[in-house]
Amino acid sequence: MLIHALCFYLFAAILVASAVMVIAARNPVHSVLFLILGFFNAAGLFVLMGAEFLAMILVVVYVGAVAVLFLFVVMMLDVDFAALRSGFLRYLPIGGLIGLILLAELALIVGAWSFAPEAASASQLPIPDPSQISNTHALGLILYTDYVYAFQMSGLILLVAMVGAIVLTLREREGVRRQDVSRQINRTREQSIEVVKVPTRGGV
Amino acid sequence: MGENGFNFMPAWPELFLAVGGMLLLMIGVFRGPKGREAAATWSPAHAINARSVTWLAIGLLVITAFIVSGQPIERSVIFAGMFVSDAFSIFAKLLILLGSALTLILAIDYNEREQMARFEYAVLILFATVGMMAMVSANDLISLYLGLELQSLSLYVVAAFRRDSLQSTEAGLKYFVLGALSSGMLLYGASLVYGFAGTTSFPGLAAIVADQAAEAPLGLIFGLVFVSAGLAFKVAAAPFHMWTPDVYEGSPTPVTAFFSVAPKIAATALFVRVMIEPFGALGDQWWQIIWVISILSMGLGAFAAINQTNIKRLMAYSSIGHIGYALVGLVSGDETGVRGVLTYVAIYLFMNVATFAVILCMRRQGKSVERIDDLSGLATTQPLLAAALAICMFSMSGIPPLAGFFGKLYVFLPAIAAGYYGLAVIGVLTSVVSAFYYLRVVKIMYFDEPAPAFDQPIGTAMCIVLAGTSLFTLLFFVYPAPLLGAAAVAAAALFAG
Repeated sequence: MLIHALCFYLFAAILVASAVMVIAARNPVHSVLFLILGFFNAAGLFVLMGAEFLAMILVVVYVGAVAVLFLFVVMMLDVDFAALRSGFLRYLPIGGLIGLILLAELALIVGAWSFAPEAASASQLPIPDPSQISNTHALGLILYTDYVYAFQMSGLILLVAMVGAIVLTLREREGVRRQDVSRQINRTREQSIEVVKVPTRGGV
Repeated sequence: MGENGFNFMPAWPELFLAVGGMLLLMIGVFRGPKGREAAATWSPAHAINARSVTWLAIGLLVITAFIVSGQPIERSVIFAGMFVSDAFSIFAKLLILLGSALTLILAIDYNEREQMARFEYAVLILFATVGMMAMVSANDLISLYLGLELQSLSLYVVAAFRRDSLQSTEAGLKYFVLGALSSGMLLYGASLVYGFAGTTSFPGLAAIVADQAAEAPLGLIFGLVFVSAGLAFKVAAAPFHMWTPDVYEGSPTPVTAFFSVAPKIAATALFVRVMIEPFGALGDQWWQIIWVISILSMGLGAFAAINQTNIKRLMAYSSIGHIGYALVGLVSGDETGVRGVLTYVAIYLFMNVATFAVILCMRRQGKSVERIDDLSGLATTQPLLAAALAICMFSMSGIPPLAGFFGKLYVFLPAIAAGYYGLAVIGVLTSVVSAFYYLRVVKIMYFDEPAPAFDQPIGTAMCIVLAGTSLFTLLFFVYPAPLLGAAAVAAAALFAG
C-alpha cells in the first residue's frame, strides 16, 4: 500500500511539474519533450487505477502520434514563438479575469454538487468487476456492439478530416522529386554508369 | 428485431448516404485527373470530374430523400438507444436533404466559373448531410455530439474551399476556431449533465430530470445553460452570432447558400429536440434562456442589417433574425409551438434558396458582384430575376399572402396562446424594422437608375430551382395543408414519448 501511495505521489508530482514546464520552457522543443514526459506519468497514474488499456492508449496515441507530430511541426515550421507570446501580458488581465470567473463558477457547482438519486442505476452499462475481466476485453465487448454507431461515426469524422486536409493543402509544386518505382526498376546499367578512364595525375 | 439482433432499417438512409458518399469519393479520385494534374488547383479535367460527381451526389440525395419518406413514422430506437427515427426526424431530414440538393445544384456553375470546381465539394456536402441527419436523429448526448461534429468539420472545410482566396480561408479559420469553442461549451455542459444524471441517453435524462424538476439542482441547470449556449452557437442566434457575418461574407456564395439552409434547419431541429425531449420537464428554466436569445436575435437581425452594403452580409443578419423568429415557437414549448418552428424553417428554406439563386446570378463580365447597389434597376434589365427577388424580400419581411407571413403567423400564434405577449409584440415590431432593409432592396431594383445588366444566360438548372422555390414562396397560401399537416405530425411525435 505504501509503495502504491509512493508511486502515486511520484507520478503526480512529475506530471504537474512537467505540465508547468510545458508552458514555462523557452524552447518549444523542450516543451514538447516535457509534454511527452507528462503523458508517460499520466499513463502511470492510469495503471495505478487499474485502467491499463487507457494507459496503453495514452502512450501509443499521444506519445506515439501526437507528440511526434508536434515535434515535427515545431522543428519543421518556422514558428516564431516569441512573437506568439508577445501579447501575453497585455491579455493577461482579461484572460485571468475570465479564468477566475470560471473557477468561481466551478467552485460553486462543485460545492453544491448533488447526484440524481437514480444516477447509479441509470447508467446504461454497469461497470464490470475488474477482477473478472480485463479492461481491454470489457471495452472490446461493448465497442463493436452497443457503441458501434458512435464508433462508425467517429470513423466518418476522421475520414472527413483527412479529405479536408488534402483538399485544403495538397498543391502542385515545381521541382519536387518524386519516386517513380517503374523508372527505378527499368534503369539499365548503360543509363546509370559511365566508365571513365582517369588519366594519372589528371583528375576527372 | 431479436433481443441481441441489430435492426438497421431506421438508419438505412444514413447508411446509404454515408456509403454512397464514400463511393463518390472513390469515383472522384479514380476517374479524375491523375498525378501532377490532380494536385493542381484547377484544370478543365477537374471541372468535368466535379460536374459528374456533383450530379451523382444530387442523385444520391434524391434517392435518400425517397428512402426517408418511405420510413415508418412510428418511433423506433436502435443502436442501443443512440439513434431514433420518428416523424420529427423524418420531417427534418427531408428538409435537410432538399436544402443540400438544391444548394448543390446552385453550386455547379458557380464553382466552374470561379475555377474552384473540384469533386471533393460534393463529397464534403454529402458527409455534412449525413452529419445533419445524425443530429436530428440523435437520442443520446454522444450521438448528438458526433453528428454535430461530422457536420461542422465538413462545413469548416467547405467554408475555406476557395483556398487561394484570403477571405475564404479567413472565413474557414474563423468558423473553425469559434465552432471548436462552441463544441467545447456543449461538451462541458454535456459532461455536467452526465455527472449529475449518470446517463447520456435522452429518455434516461428525461426520466431523471422529470423527477428533479421541482427543485432542479445547480449542476444540472449549469449543464443545461452550457448545452443551450453551444447549440445557440450552432444555429447562430444572438449573442452567439459573431461568426456569422464574416463567415457568410467570406465563404464562396454557394457555400453561404448551403450554410444558411441545411445546417440551420438541422441545428434548429436538434435544439428543439434537446429542449423538449430530455429537458422538457425543465421548461420553467430554459424558456427564459430561449426567450432572451430569441429577442436578441430578432433585434440584432433587424437593426444590424440596416447599414449593410454587401448582400451576403445582409443575408447573414437576416438569417440571425429568422432564427430568432423560429425560436419564438420554441419558447412556447408546446406542440403548436414546435409545429410553428418546423413550418418556419421549411418556409425559410425555400425563401433563402431562391434569394441565393438570385445572388448567384449577380455577375458582370464573368465576375461576381455582391453589393446591394449592383442590383439597381434590375427590374428593367432582368424583370423576371427582379420579380423573384422581390417575392423573396416581401416574403422575408412577412407581408401577406406570401409564405413568410405564414411562417411568422404560426410561431406568433402559439406564443400569444401561451401568454408570451411581450415576445410576440417585440417580434412584430422587429419584423417591421427589418421590412425596411428588405423593401430597400426592392426599391433599389425597381426605382433606381439601371446599372449594367448581369451576365446571361443563368443556366437551366438554376432557372428551374429559382422558379420552383420562388413560386413556392408566392403560392404557398393556395394549398398550405400538406406542409402544415406534416409539421403537425412531426411536432406531435416529439410530445408523444
